[in-house]
Amino acid sequence: MEPAAIVTIIAAVLIIAALVVYLVAVIGELRKINAGLEAVIGSVGEVVRKSQPVGEIVEAINADLTAGTDLLEGLLEKKAGPDDGPGLIESVFPGGGKAMLERQGRAGEVKNIDIVYTRGAIQLARLGRESPLGAGPLRGEALRDAIHSSAAARSLYTRPGGDPTARPASPAIGVDAPRVYPAAEAPTSGDGAGSGAKEAGHSATG
Amino acid sequence: MTVWWIGNAVLLLVVVPVVVVLLRGVLEAAKRTRAAVEELGPVARAASADLDAVEMLRTTRTQVNQTVTVVADYGGSLDTILDDA
Repeated sequence: MEPAAIVTIIAAVLIIAALVVYLVAVIGELRKINAGLEAVIGSVGEVVRKSQPVGEIVEAINADLTAGTDLLEGLLEKKAGPDDGPGLIESVFPGGGKAMLERQGRAGEVKNIDIVYTRGAIQLARLGRESPLGAGPLRGEALRDAIHSSAAARSLYTRPGGDPTARPASPAIGVDAPRVYPAAEAPTSGDGAGSGAKEAGHSATG
Repeated sequence: MTVWWIGNAVLLLVVVPVVVVLLRGVLEAAKRTRAAVEELGPVARAASADLDAVEMLRTTRTQVNQTVTVVADYGGSLDTILDDA
């Protein structure tokens, strides 16, 4: 046989041997990959199964919360008015008033009520209670009157049979009071206490 | 004969190393893929475990519904108590 032929055969054998060795190793790796992917697919299937009801549940929760929001916003708008309602929301939750306007399809500036009044006072005032914030003298019904304080509170303190706008008189004390209680006795102890009490009783009867 | 020897030289010095390099590249890629898949397994299991709390969403939905119902009741009472604007 020619030496060149022998060399050619050796080269071919080397190539085939390399192919066999590396391809067998690749096959082994691919089998491990297959096993690993099967395990991952099982976990991914669990993820899919567990997350399947999320959309429906979240939509139901959103629907409930939206209904509650609409209800409260409608009530607030009915009681406080279309302008002050978002302003109240804005004073409690910054940005909430603008969002309320957007949900109602309205545009414009939200009144920032909290700048003018304290939060609690304006809430009471805007929710139908009379405003106690007026700086001037009493004058009639002062509901949402920023200038006058309210005289309506007097109706809460009427005198039976008297002036319905007057507050009850403060209790009188001193010698001119309608009811005067006797002075308390001095505290004593032992026999002296008994004789003291006798003396007090004697002088009272005498 | 000379051409045959030249062919043998090319076979041994070029073809065999190229084949080995290519096969080694395929093997290395397969090994890296296996490592990635093995790292993916615990992540997928952890993600599945994290979703165990999804069942709590049903309770949350029920409680939200009950809360909104209570709020609606309060709203009705406030509507009766408070004057309109």
